Amino acid sequence: MSRRVSPGRIGKKPVNFSFDGRSFQGYAGDTLASALLANDQMLLGRSFKYHRPRGLITLGSEEPNALVTIGSGARQTPNTRATTQELYEGLSASSQNRYPSLKFDLLSVNDRLSRFLTAGFYYKTFMWPRSFWESVYEPLIRRAAGLGKLSEVEDADQYDKGFLHCDCLVIGGGIAGLEAALEAAHQGKAVILCDENPRLGGMELFDSAPIDSVEGLIKELQSLSNVRLMSRTTVQGAFDHGVYSALTQNTDHLAQPHKAAPRQTLWRIYSSEAVLASGAHERMIAFDNNDRPGVMLSSALRGYLNYFGVLAGDTCAVFGCHDDARKTVVDLHAAGAKVIWIDTRSAHEPVDGVQCFTDARVVDTRGRHRLKGIEIEQGGERFWLPCDALGVAGGWNPRVQLTCHQGGRPRWSNDVGGFISGTDLPPGMRVVGAAAGEYLRGNWSPVWDVSKRGSAFVDPQNDVTVKDIKLAHQEGFISVEHLKRYTTLGMATDQGKNANTLGIGVLSQHTGNAIESVGTTLFRPPYTPVAIGALAGRARGKAFKPTRLTPSHEFATRQGASFVTVGNWLRAAYFPQAGETHWRESVDREALAVRNAVGVCDVTTLGKIDVQGRDAAQFLNLVYANGFLKLPVGKTRYGLMLREDGIVFDDGTAARLSENHFVVTTTTANAVPVYRHMEFVHQCLAPNLDVHLISTTESWAQFAVAGPRSRELLQRIVDLEISNEAFGFMACAETRLLDGTPARLFRISFSGELAYELAVPARFGNSLMQTLLEVGADLGATPYGTEALGVLRIEKGHAAGNELDGRTTAVNLGLGQMVAQTKDSIGRVLANRDLLANSTLRLVGFRSDQQILTGSWLIPPGRSSEQDNTLGWVSSACYSPNLGCYIAIGFISDADQYLGAQLRAVSLLDKVDVGVSVVSPHFIDPEGERLRV
Amino acid sequence: MLINHPLLGLRDAQEFVYKGDASLLQRPQYDSDNALDAFTNYAYLRSNPAGLHQELWYHEQGDRSWLVVTRNTLTHEIVNVELASEVDA
Repeated sequence: MSRRVSPGRIGKKPVNFSFDGRSFQGYAGDTLASALLANDQMLLGRSFKYHRPRGLITLGSEEPNALVTIGSGARQTPNTRATTQELYEGLSASSQNRYPSLKFDLLSVNDRLSRFLTAGFYYKTFMWPRSFWESVYEPLIRRAAGLGKLSEVEDADQYDKGFLHCDCLVIGGGIAGLEAALEAAHQGKAVILCDENPRLGGMELFDSAPIDSVEGLIKELQSLSNVRLMSRTTVQGAFDHGVYSALTQNTDHLAQPHKAAPRQTLWRIYSSEAVLASGAHERMIAFDNNDRPGVMLSSALRGYLNYFGVLAGDTCAVFGCHDDARKTVVDLHAAGAKVIWIDTRSAHEPVDGVQCFTDARVVDTRGRHRLKGIEIEQGGERFWLPCDALGVAGGWNPRVQLTCHQGGRPRWSNDVGGFISGTDLPPGMRVVGAAAGEYLRGNWSPVWDVSKRGSAFVDPQNDVTVKDIKLAHQEGFISVEHLKRYTTLGMATDQGKNANTLGIGVLSQHTGNAIESVGTTLFRPPYTPVAIGALAGRARGKAFKPTRLTPSHEFATRQGASFVTVGNWLRAAYFPQAGETHWRESVDREALAVRNAVGVCDVTTLGKIDVQGRDAAQFLNLVYANGFLKLPVGKTRYGLMLREDGIVFDDGTAARLSENHFVVTTTTANAVPVYRHMEFVHQCLAPNLDVHLISTTESWAQFAVAGPRSRELLQRIVDLEISNEAFGFMACAETRLLDGTPARLFRISFSGELAYELAVPARFGNSLMQTLLEVGADLGATPYGTEALGVLRIEKGHAAGNELDGRTTAVNLGLGQMVAQTKDSIGRVLANRDLLANSTLRLVGFRSDQQILTGSWLIPPGRSSEQDNTLGWVSSACYSPNLGCYIAIGFISDADQYLGAQLRAVSLLDKVDVGVSVVSPHFIDPEGERLRV
Repeated sequence: MLINHPLLGLRDAQEFVYKGDASLLQRPQYDSDNALDAFTNYAYLRSNPAGLHQELWYHEQGDRSWLVVTRNTLTHEIVNVELASEVDA
């Protein structure tokens, strides 16, 4: 049957949709809720805990009950409020939290057990055995209690983010908001008005009175170029310094959105001024079984009639405690319904032809899937009357949520009969209209709990009853904040919009404490639920963060390199050749090529910082623990950087290209932090030094050319005499390639071989890589990746990120003598602390014929594998093709004592326990002779 | 949050990296008699005022200025912003 009695304010364009597989018809402009109501579909869902049958309660975004799942597959959206979901052709919705069907739900047995399932039931009951909580109880409870389910398929929709600036942000498009927007616009301000509903006009739209004045305001605002009207846009949060977040639902109301249209847009709105005109929502009264389908708020009953043309019942009861009830009674009566009016007041203006009970209250209801009757108490007598819809007018709650987002605390107003904003508003915000309590003030008293047995629902979304609140209070949860957490009052998708004030009222009534002394919980963003996808915006998958490609990426791709992610960088890990079936084959070959011939590796990712100025050397002398004042022009020096607490921060090199010009390198991982730190040291600690810093990491492509034949190879390319005499170990120069390309050459080595690093402007990087390998083909030039790079530096005993882990000192690394004691440097004083200076932990090497795992603990033979017996840990490990065995470096205490000893490298996680011998960390060429030939 | 950069005007706090207490500007002398104590205090001890707090912000996604921001920790109100290099340590 149809309950549509008129076209309301939406017209009569038919739209087809389905609910739980059944086909229905509504009108364009309907919400899913109004369309279902028009089709006499009162039962819409099952409650969270007791699986009680539920219908809709409200008209808008505060709806706690009518939560449905829209769509399916990748576009499935659970927990959508049917009251805000606009109807579109082909919309498919399904009910939630029921099995096997909405009408027959097996778990509705919980309702019969509700006597036991009170507040804290789970905490008290599922305590033993302890181990059962995670494995048995929690999964069971989670399955039984719940809302909609996720599709577990990746969201197919796109979301966008946007930024807006204005002088005045108006939140809410009701009459108060429209007037505020017009006033601001007339003052010449740039105005943005946001309203969560598809149509501006607010509550006026739901009343029977003509809306000409509202439409006039909207027309005028539309004509102004300094006003932007944003419907379907919910302001979700008020943040510091006039920053607001808002969410626009662009396509949720469309049957076939454009493929490229973002489903939702998350806005960041900057406005020094905000007008909160968010209105108010009505609240329930606690009477027994006040949650049956058909019991709703009086404003909802009225709004469905006036706006959507839907009369919810044949016999409609209205139960209220203030004048708003009368408006509903009048409209229902005019629409031809049989109306029963129950009012707690003893006198009020009557309505002709309507049966009215004064000084009366509704105390109970009946009807399982739909309201069938109400029990009325009047003058000490109780009697039942049949009805199939009930509207409750328990008073209004101004929507003060956004006033709390910066710690503002709402205060109780007796005039308004609700909480209004305190004086501690977010700076720049003012509250107008019903949100400020306007239109709501009157001479009446709120009514909270009129139930007989306490099985009256205060929070229908969380199934919190009057009984639960009383119980929690008895058990000592006196603070509202505790009450909330113990009973879950005011949690979940509606965040207490329906429950909070009623819960506080009930508490006040039963404790005898004035409501203002009971207090209230605060609200935090978001105002309504926001899809995670909207928060992510376009930053998903590959776009989550940028991918940085090395200059030779194209070359490496062509070579079939295997890539590894290093921070945002994608680096070639190794270059497999035909016939190589295991990564180790490739890595071993590359590492041997460097030791025996020459290899080329793209090391552009290492941070580069250009340091210039008359005081550049003095600056580096402060930043690095070792001295830099005397570094000659044309030389490079290894530099050790400490944190102020004396722990090693980073290491790298500084090359002095000219008197006042250095190029500093950092590790890949610390490129950004080191640059930040150097700017800090300059601007905050030594602002008087004449020095300028700029990151050039991406400006220069840099290649390690390493191996005994590296000089031979480079001499064929660079326009510079690079004999050992002319260009010795640690030399550096600005030069050119033979083809004229500007270049920088550094004779530095990470591998321990004769080696150089050659830099060219980044755009020449890819071709240089190719040229080096072509020109050096007869020398055995081989590209190598980060894996071989790692093998080579472990063989040489060079520390890297694994060793500089934020816990180790220069002393630990065997570099204690590098911390110059004759000058000031960052970290120098605290590095000398006894705690750090006396540490016996040292970097050592380990050999084994079995694989050693990074992260293993080192334990003496014969001791049990316990923390107390550990001497240290393995920080880096690999197979050494040059030594033909497994090697590692790591740290052990009293290292001198254990040199040459046998230890066990134990990983309890990987169940690995291998014997290792402790050796010097410099496996290859400990005297460094190869570097200097 | 918005930070009123002395050179660039109001900028979103997203563009900045926060470091902490601006007492880091008062780095002790390394060669003073009580250098160890002074540096220990400098590196580890922070006051935690409920109210005005001077702190260091780095405009990393901007002009790379280090700023000394005076912010009320109770309200987040920012009452003063200076270039760290121009603050007398």
